[in-house]
Amino acid sequence: MNKVVASADEAIRDVGDGSIIMLGGFGLCGIPENLIRALVRKGSKNLTTMSNNAGVDGFGVGLLLAAGQIRRHVGTYVGENKLLESMVLAGKIQLDLVPQGTFSERIRAAGAGIPAFFTPTGVGTMVADGKETREFDGRMYVMERALHADFAFVKAWKGDRMGNLVYRKTARNFNPMMATAAKVTIAEVEHLVEAGELDADSIHTPSVYVKRIFQGELFEKRIEKRTLRKAG
Amino acid sequence: MPGAADNAMNKPGKDIEKRERIVNRIARELRDGFYVNLGIGMPTLIANHVPAGMEVILQSENGMLGIGPYPAEGEEDCDLINAGKETVSEMAGTSYFSSADSFAMIRGGHVDLSVLGAMEVDEKGNLANWMIPGKMVKGMGGAMDLVAGARRVVVAMEHTTREGAPKILKTCTLPLTGVKVVDTIVTEMAYIRVTDRGLVLEEVASGLTAEDVQRATGATLVVAENLKVMES
Repeated sequence: MNKVVASADEAIRDVGDGSIIMLGGFGLCGIPENLIRALVRKGSKNLTTMSNNAGVDGFGVGLLLAAGQIRRHVGTYVGENKLLESMVLAGKIQLDLVPQGTFSERIRAAGAGIPAFFTPTGVGTMVADGKETREFDGRMYVMERALHADFAFVKAWKGDRMGNLVYRKTARNFNPMMATAAKVTIAEVEHLVEAGELDADSIHTPSVYVKRIFQGELFEKRIEKRTLRKAG
Repeated sequence: MPGAADNAMNKPGKDIEKRERIVNRIARELRDGFYVNLGIGMPTLIANHVPAGMEVILQSENGMLGIGPYPAEGEEDCDLINAGKETVSEMAGTSYFSSADSFAMIRGGHVDLSVLGAMEVDEKGNLANWMIPGKMVKGMGGAMDLVAGARRVVVAMEHTTREGAPKILKTCTLPLTGVKVVDTIVTEMAYIRVTDRGLVLEEVASGLTAEDVQRATGATLVVAENLKVMES
């Protein structure tokens, strides 16, 4: 078994036009930036991307938008992206907005073999339009379906050659669920280590979910809103 | 939490004074041991007003319990942000988790208090705060899950729009974020509780009468028998 690939380009060699791709990250925190850059180089088109945000103009998923590679985006908040706004208004891209807890649970469900579930989130709002609702113990719930993908691009702090992953701080976010919900999960890591070097009790994503892993070449790890306390 | 006000307070003096009054009043709802989610913007400022000697744990829906103050210059960490994508710091006892775990915590009723802003609230406790038809929709983020799942939902907002139109209405006109989800509304004018017998005006700001508040409100207020002056 060898899951280690040499580069992001090799890792995405079979990402064809029309693929459905999940991308980890919250804002610009914990995004698979090496895989995104490789996907821009490869130029795959008509993609469906699933990611909490859509990057910012000129970075993260914003690079795929600028290259015209995305046909449909599924996410929860896209407020930081003027290009996306103009593309939506021009009808060049389909945007599906989902409540964040429903988004994360739909992805988790897909990875866990649960086709649908009932949630209280969004009952009585536009989000529930056309969906089955049901009362349990006196409260109304709406049925939401699992969300699957062809590929998941995840970013971890450390990973071993077996595919075990450890995330760091709030860069974990959607990465663990997405790693479970795709046919092919590709992990880019800041530190690729030998099997046995990670503490087995502290693994966040067990190796079974990861098909390919590589050490990222360049992590810019851009900060979206640098907020500091006053000196003194 | 010193410093949390630095970035959200770039507003004219009158607005700062209004906001301080709202934030101070909501801070008095905090109790020792509470787990609290503070929305982006004005609610974030409540972190600066936790009463001395009280331990309140702040939840960030991107996967963190125990948000510390903004970092000092040079200590910012791109892997450590809050749900507003601002750099933050840890405190003793901080924990990190995935987005699915974060929203399980929220929907599961483990968060004691959620404070968030609103465009409109109505007398049934319906809340609208995520979209204006005809304008670019940025997404609901985690708001729908928070109002559906938190044990108590407090709305922090200015009493009227900039044009002076009421934001507390008989029936919301904008698309809803949640149905019958708001427990308490705190504005610079009043403290109002949503009850089965309608909106109960429990406190008015110093110098105002119940009639003043009613004139600025689009729904009929039930004046509490022991109407108090709002302490802040």
